[in-house]
Amino acid sequence: MNSSSRNRLIDQAFKWFGIACTLFGLVMLGIFLADIIREGIARIDWNFIVDGPSRKPEQAGILPALAGTIWVLVLTGIIAIPLGIAAGIYLEEYGKKNRFGSIIEVNIANLAGVPSIIYGLLGLEIFGRIMGMGGSVLAGSCTLALLVLPIIIVATRESVKAVPKTIREASFGLGASKWQTIRMQVLPAASGGIVTGVILALSRAIGETAPLIVVGALAYIDQVPTSPSDDFTVLPIQIFNWVSRPQKGFLVNAAAGIIVLLAVTFIMNGIALYLRRRWQKKVKW
Amino acid sequence: MKKTSFVLLLAAASMLAACGGKKDDTNGNDSTKALSGSVSIDGSSTVYPITEAVAEEFGKENKDVKVAVAESGTGGGFKKFGRGEVDINDASRPIKPTEDSLCKANGINYLELLVAYDGLAVVVNPQNDWCKDITVAELKMLWEPAAQGKVTRWSQVRKGWPDQEIHLFGAGSQSGTFDYFTEAICGKSKASRGDYTASEDDNVLVQGIKGDKYALGFFGLAYFEANKADLKLLPIDDGNAENGAGAIAPSIETVKNKTYAPLGRPLFIYISDKAARRPEVVAFVNYYLDNTNELSKEVGYVPLGDDELKAVKDKFAGFAGAAAPKQ
Repeated sequence: MNSSSRNRLIDQAFKWFGIACTLFGLVMLGIFLADIIREGIARIDWNFIVDGPSRKPEQAGILPALAGTIWVLVLTGIIAIPLGIAAGIYLEEYGKKNRFGSIIEVNIANLAGVPSIIYGLLGLEIFGRIMGMGGSVLAGSCTLALLVLPIIIVATRESVKAVPKTIREASFGLGASKWQTIRMQVLPAASGGIVTGVILALSRAIGETAPLIVVGALAYIDQVPTSPSDDFTVLPIQIFNWVSRPQKGFLVNAAAGIIVLLAVTFIMNGIALYLRRRWQKKVKW
Repeated sequence: MKKTSFVLLLAAASMLAACGGKKDDTNGNDSTKALSGSVSIDGSSTVYPITEAVAEEFGKENKDVKVAVAESGTGGGFKKFGRGEVDINDASRPIKPTEDSLCKANGINYLELLVAYDGLAVVVNPQNDWCKDITVAELKMLWEPAAQGKVTRWSQVRKGWPDQEIHLFGAGSQSGTFDYFTEAICGKSKASRGDYTASEDDNVLVQGIKGDKYALGFFGLAYFEANKADLKLLPIDDGNAENGAGAIAPSIETVKNKTYAPLGRPLFIYISDKAARRPEVVAFVNYYLDNTNELSKEVGYVPLGDDELKAVKDKFAGFAGAAAPKQ
């Protein structure tokens, strides 16, 4: 075997190895989805969506949990998105690249790796007790906002950094101020990356259970939160609660709950993809 | 960008809020005005199924009262109860002195109400044909801290049992079930060997024992009732002839007449005096006591006797009367 055919063989081998690696994740996801859908899809009907929890699996529904999840998601977004994007822009465009700046940078990267239960304890003490929010939707949302803030900041910085310097210089050359440059040139160009970061952040928030349990989200509540100061529960907690019950009917409910949660996530991602495509079409240099 | 997505999400949220909105239907059979307000409950995951059932039925009749039930464990619940953060605490054991002093420090007087009995089940795999009963002394030898790494075979527990490894399953150290079992069997709360499969989730234990011929484990009787077909229940002999001689299997009668000792236990709810001033809390507790026997049986616990229940109701009526605001 000469060296060129040997290289070709290695080439082929690596290609197939790569395909296997790619398929591994997809196949696992496929098996999981198929299993969940097979078990839970028949359970989903209108009553499942609009009913409250019940000790009888066939009467139980997810309305308070679904509404709680949407409440938490919206509030978390309202708190975390402006803060995260503004912080990211500051750090990249205004902040000085000195020692202090690099300390902040390292710390934000570290914060992204802190276990979520720690954020829960922080939220319980600061938002729940010191600020007197108790186990409310607002306390939970503030906690989750802290949790996802580093993701948004890092994504914003990376995408702002990726905008070519020449664009900024051209804008300054035409007499635009710094803020005008950021608002009209940098942000639109960076929007795709920022939206991706926001979606990653909210997708993480939607699946969190541990910090919300610590803050005081409930296991049973029969009413939908009507204001940010109301008690609440969320879908992952409802699912966790059902999975840990002995009766088989609740396992079916849990599978159905997972399908709804996945659907909410997919819809969210779909909206984001749509928005990203629309804005990126507008950016023309 | 944000605007559009926020509008979308807000619209979705308000739609949900709208369809979840409670209609203003008052009780036809209730002459008093409709109750409103909220009742917050935390505490034991053992008592949770009863409280959840009560909350569900109560909520159907009192749609304007918001009942919220959490389950952070008896101890976790007492921490919140002692700070005045919840109205009622579910407890699978009586309050501890440290928890009592927390209540005192925050000026909270409370009342303990017995609502049902629970039994712990000691179970083996149905294919296990040698183990027909077990004594408290044998359980102690098997589970006490000194047994760790030493008592590992069935033959060490009783002569004549096979020389096979024994696989132990039990409640995790955060649960009231663990506290209760260790106290009843080893004589000291939380004194246990550590080399067993521990889970806070009884379903994990059920699955483990179901799939292992050489397994032995313990958990709440309620979970055994729901998984009867997959497990074999062991009668327990506490060596004390005064409360029934020989090995006694847990059942409604044996837990209630206290012959299933020491693994039958009472379950409580604790109510603070501040909460007992609010009509919706009083109504909820009264509803709880009116329905606890029926609902406890439904979720797998042992109901109170008629005279016991009447005593509990009288106790609460006195407490609520004393706490009620003077007019």
